Amino acid sequence: MLTTIIRRDLLLAYRRRSDVLTTLFFFVIVVSLFPLGVGPEMKTLRLIAPGVVWVAALLASMLSLNRLFAADYQDGTLEQMLLAPQPLALIVLGKIVAHWLVSGLPLALMAPVLGMQFDLPPAALGILFLALLLGTPILSLIGAIGAALTLGLRGGGVLLSLLVLPLYIPALIFGAGAVEAYSAGLSPEGHLSLLGALLILTGLAAPWVTAFALRIAME
Amino acid sequence: MLEAAHLTCQRGERSLFTNLSFTLGAGELLQVAGPNGSGKTSLLKLLCGLSPPVAGEIRWQGAPARGEDFRRQLFYLGHQHAVKEELSALENLHISAELAGEPLTDVEALDALARIGLAGREHLPAKVLSQGQKRRVALARLLVSKAPLWILDEPLTALDVAAVDLIQSRLAEHLANQGMVVLTTHQALQVPGVTPCRIELD
Repeated sequence: MLTTIIRRDLLLAYRRRSDVLTTLFFFVIVVSLFPLGVGPEMKTLRLIAPGVVWVAALLASMLSLNRLFAADYQDGTLEQMLLAPQPLALIVLGKIVAHWLVSGLPLALMAPVLGMQFDLPPAALGILFLALLLGTPILSLIGAIGAALTLGLRGGGVLLSLLVLPLYIPALIFGAGAVEAYSAGLSPEGHLSLLGALLILTGLAAPWVTAFALRIAME
Repeated sequence: MLEAAHLTCQRGERSLFTNLSFTLGAGELLQVAGPNGSGKTSLLKLLCGLSPPVAGEIRWQGAPARGEDFRRQLFYLGHQHAVKEELSALENLHISAELAGEPLTDVEALDALARIGLAGREHLPAKVLSQGQKRRVALARLLVSKAPLWILDEPLTALDVAAVDLIQSRLAEHLANQGMVVLTTHQALQVPGVTPCRIELD
C-alpha cells in the first residue's frame, strides 16, 4: 500500500515536473541572492551560511505544501483514500514520503553546491548536507499536518505558512546549529542527534494527526 | 444487510432530513430521489461513513458500519470521479483498484476498459478525454469491483445511451449475485428484473 501511494505520487510529480523544478529553483535563487547582497566578505558569509540555507529550505518546502492534499481533495481521490480498507495514516505516510522525495531530498542534495558560494569548508558542507537530510523530512511531516488542517479553506496558503513556520523552529535551530557548532570547533553530534530524535518523534505522530485532520476536513 | 435507523443530517443550521430509517437486503436496489440540495449526496456520505450522522445509526450486517472491514465491502463512486488528469485511463484504473484493496492484472484492467468503451484510449492521459469518457474511466471500477455494497452518486450523468445500458445491466448482474446498491440519479432507471425501492427527500 505504502509503495503504491509513493509510486503514484512520484508518477504524478514526474508528469508535473515544472512544479518540482519551481521549488528547487526558488531555493537556489534565494540562497544565491545572499552572497550578492551581503558582498564578498568571506567571514560574514561563512557565519550566515547555515541560517540562510536553512531558512531558504523552510520557505521552499512551504511552497509545495498546499499541493500535498489539495489536488486529491478537489478531484475526489481523497474520499477514496478515506474509504480505502487500509489505515489512512499509512496512506498519508506514503504521500509524505513522496513529498519529501520530490521537494526535500533535492534541497539537501543541492545544499553543498550552494554552500560553496559562502566559502564553507568541505567538512562543513558535509554536515550541512547531513543536517538537511535529517531535517527536511521533519518539514514534510509537520507541513502535512498544516496542509490537512487548512484543506479547502479560502486563502489557506497564507494561513498554512502562519501555522507551520513556527513549528519549524526546532528543526531550524538544531539544523543550522549543527553547522555553526562545527565552525566554532565543537562537535555537531549533539545537534544532529536531537534532529534525529525530532525526526523519529514527528515520524511517529504526524501521520496519525494528519489522518485525523483529514477526516475532519472531509466531513 | 444495510440498516439505517432514525438518521438525522444537518448542514450548518439547516436540517436536511430527520428520522430517516430503511433496510436494504441482499439483491435490493435503493434509489434516493429528490430535488437538488435535498441531501441525496449527504445521505450517501453518511452511509459510507465519510461524515457522521447528527443522530441515528447505520449498521452493516448487524454491526456499526465503520472500520476497515466495512470499507473493504464498500464501493463508493462520488460526485467527483477521482480520475487524475495526468495519468492515463489504465493507470487511473490500476491505482484506484489497488487503493480499494482489489489489485488488477493488466489483462483484467484492459478488458474492463475495453468493455466500458475505452478501447484504444487506454494510454491517453485523462485530461484529453471528454467528460463522459472520464466518467467511464471511473465507472470501469464498477465492472471489476467485488465489493457487495455499492454506493453510487449520480453514476449515469454524462453517459451516452450505450453506456447507460451497460451500467444498468451490470447493476442487474450485481443484484442477481446478492449485491446491494444505493444510488442517486435524476434519470429514469431501468434495471432488468429489479424493482428499485425509493426514498424521496424533500
